[in-house]
Amino acid sequence: MFHRVMSAALLGIEAVPVYVEADVSDGLPVFSMVGSLGLRVREAQDRVRTALKNEGFALPPKRITINLAPADISKDGSRFDLAIALAVLMSQAVFPPEALEGVMVVGELSLGGRVNGIPGVLNTVMAAKKAGCRLCLVPEDNQAEAGLVAGMPVMGVGSLAGAIAAARRHFDGAPVHKRIRPVSLPAGGEDFADIRGQRLVKRAALLAAAGFHNLLMTGPPGSGKTMAARRLPGIMPPMTDDECLELTQIYSAAGELGEDGSVIAARPFRAPHHTVTVKTLTGGGRLPRPGEITLAHRGILFLDEMPEFSRAALEALRQPLENREIVISRTTGTFRFPANFLLAAAVNPCPCGQYGQPGGQCTCSPAAIARYRERLSGPLMDRIDLKVVVPPVTYRELTDAAPSDVSSAVLRAAVLEAHRRQKERYHGEAFDFNSGIPAGRLAEYCPLTPAAARVLEAVFVREKLSARAYHRLLRVARTAADLDGAAEIDRRHIEEAALYRMAFKGPEE
Amino acid sequence: MAETFFGSCPVHRITRADEAYPARFRELTGMPAAIYVRGRLPGSGPTAAIVGSRNCTAYGRWQAEVFARALAAGGVAVISGMAAGIDAAAQRAALEAGGESYAVLGCGADVCYPASSRSLYETLLRRGGVISEYENGTQPLPYHFPARNRLISGLADAVLVIEAAARSGSLITADMALEQGRSVFALPGRIGDIRSEGCLKLIAEGAYVALSPESVLRELKRIHPGGFPPVSRAPKEPAETILPQTGDEAETLPISGAAARLYRAVTHEPVLLEVLAEAAGLSPAEAAGAAWELKDRSLIREVYDQQYVRKK
Repeated sequence: MFHRVMSAALLGIEAVPVYVEADVSDGLPVFSMVGSLGLRVREAQDRVRTALKNEGFALPPKRITINLAPADISKDGSRFDLAIALAVLMSQAVFPPEALEGVMVVGELSLGGRVNGIPGVLNTVMAAKKAGCRLCLVPEDNQAEAGLVAGMPVMGVGSLAGAIAAARRHFDGAPVHKRIRPVSLPAGGEDFADIRGQRLVKRAALLAAAGFHNLLMTGPPGSGKTMAARRLPGIMPPMTDDECLELTQIYSAAGELGEDGSVIAARPFRAPHHTVTVKTLTGGGRLPRPGEITLAHRGILFLDEMPEFSRAALEALRQPLENREIVISRTTGTFRFPANFLLAAAVNPCPCGQYGQPGGQCTCSPAAIARYRERLSGPLMDRIDLKVVVPPVTYRELTDAAPSDVSSAVLRAAVLEAHRRQKERYHGEAFDFNSGIPAGRLAEYCPLTPAAARVLEAVFVREKLSARAYHRLLRVARTAADLDGAAEIDRRHIEEAALYRMAFKGPEE
Repeated sequence: MAETFFGSCPVHRITRADEAYPARFRELTGMPAAIYVRGRLPGSGPTAAIVGSRNCTAYGRWQAEVFARALAAGGVAVISGMAAGIDAAAQRAALEAGGESYAVLGCGADVCYPASSRSLYETLLRRGGVISEYENGTQPLPYHFPARNRLISGLADAVLVIEAAARSGSLITADMALEQGRSVFALPGRIGDIRSEGCLKLIAEGAYVALSPESVLRELKRIHPGGFPPVSRAPKEPAETILPQTGDEAETLPISGAAARLYRAVTHEPVLLEVLAEAAGLSPAEAAGAAWELKDRSLIREVYDQQYVRKK
């Protein structure tokens, strides 16, 4: 007899419906599984058989064939265990087939029959909704995250026995979904008021957060570059519910979601170490998993000591920085992961870190300095809109007990105001920040005063700007104008943007 | 990387036997039997070597230019090594002031090293000369440089060290100069800055203090046999610089108030924009825009990351 149960495979961050078909027929007792299966899926055989035995359901001494259809989708992971077990049980008439009609089942089985949590449950539930299922059966551990999807009943089970009992009851009593709470800030007390002085850095951080522009900080070691970067997420505007859900999906697929199934409500801050591989950074693997740039989607990707990253890793950032997504091609398919992140980077001015300090303590030769600075290649620097120096803190500043008046609260208020203007202006558009204005719409959204136009032209000519640089300059100027409350971009906005863009020409020649 | 030029300016090989062999070399021992010259050799007029380290301060670079300009205007030919930093700054300034300059290289006369001095090299071929004791095509090996320094001082009537760290090659040039009986001047730098230690050491050991270009010119007049063109005064530094007129072009926008205030805070020492903004009482946004404006008008220059000095 042939029976089937619906499940879902995780491809990247998308869940795709998959049917677990079970057939029991006469023949030598064997348990065979087919359907383009990865190693971990094949192991399901032993897990399912043992779990069934321990729950008191012996396998019939017949030929059991399990197929995961469609066969051309590559499947991996332990998520199909529960569906396979239920399909086998269905063929034993332990419960009627109608019980599982329109129900999507995912979960891993332990040998004792316990149902274990898996990554990508949120994505699965969303796929179930899209496929028109009437219920999603998930591990108890993932129930909280599964409940986030509106309009999709979800039931969490902790054991195979529990799943069977629920199936026999035809799944009445499924819980109601949980509404996402609006965001409040990451706790942890990281405030810009902790940073003394550094007004220019704070201004640059403000511009970055308000318009979602990339930021490079340079300065001697210990001057506070990392400190400033960590405080950036705290002043950024909150995400919408949809954005929170999107991010939670990504984290779920990456297996990074907490046990309590908390939704990702705050903008992420990812700071990979400079020894990170390209694969970990951009995503990869046979069935690709999201990389750091995707885990930083809508948040900050912070590269500390940027020149120490491998050349390959830095080069791999160019495309996502421009397209705001990464496309990974495999024989198993083409995967698009979102990667709309704010790049924050910290750099020393030279290998010893002392170049530019009074007293000439820099021990690097001019050639070494040039080589070091060259690692930040032209195209990458071209995509960084704000460059600012983080000077070392003076003793007086350090021991000054009074906190700075430019606190995160102050900056956040300004960011929210600027964000409100952008939301209004870009209502109905595909982008929501100034940094996302497509080149073709710049003229429409960035009106210039005559003085601004003249200055912009002069900048373009004298600095020999590329078209890309010109467009990016305009976007930053738009943010400066928004912070000013100005509808039109004036010359001082262009000039400020130009200064931040053109900084750091390197050792004079 | 060294590059070789096959230009229209040929390299002449001049030996002791030739007329053209520099008289100054004949008086000395240890000078090469043959030299290779592209362009000209310094004549009988006064010459001065201006040398200093590659890793120099903005102040050093500035003074190299000031002295070079003044000496060139005074009819003195400037000799140096075309190295990055002080050498190149001095030679460029001398040429810009309409004077002559000559470079002695640590490689073949047809090889331009360092590559960053390429435009200077080209100009020297027209308005001075490039000299070497090594035959054509010789690459710039490290041990060539101390050796070539004796030629620099050999061609000069006086040697001026603008800025040198404790172990700079310019100190070798100064040593050679003393052995050859040349006058050595050193420019005092800041106590506590390691880039000034060499010059301060020279002064402590008895070198002349280069208080002004005039003092160098006076010394040259004293020691140089034969005629000396009248000294033209080096332009005086304005005590309080007024902003240049935006003037004639109707195109140019008026300078903004913020920029004017920022300009007053800028000095000849590199200062962080952060500090300048504080001094000028400007908000970070205003300061950034003002700095750009001033940079655009060539009133200030960025020397290190976001540190600015007045442009001369």
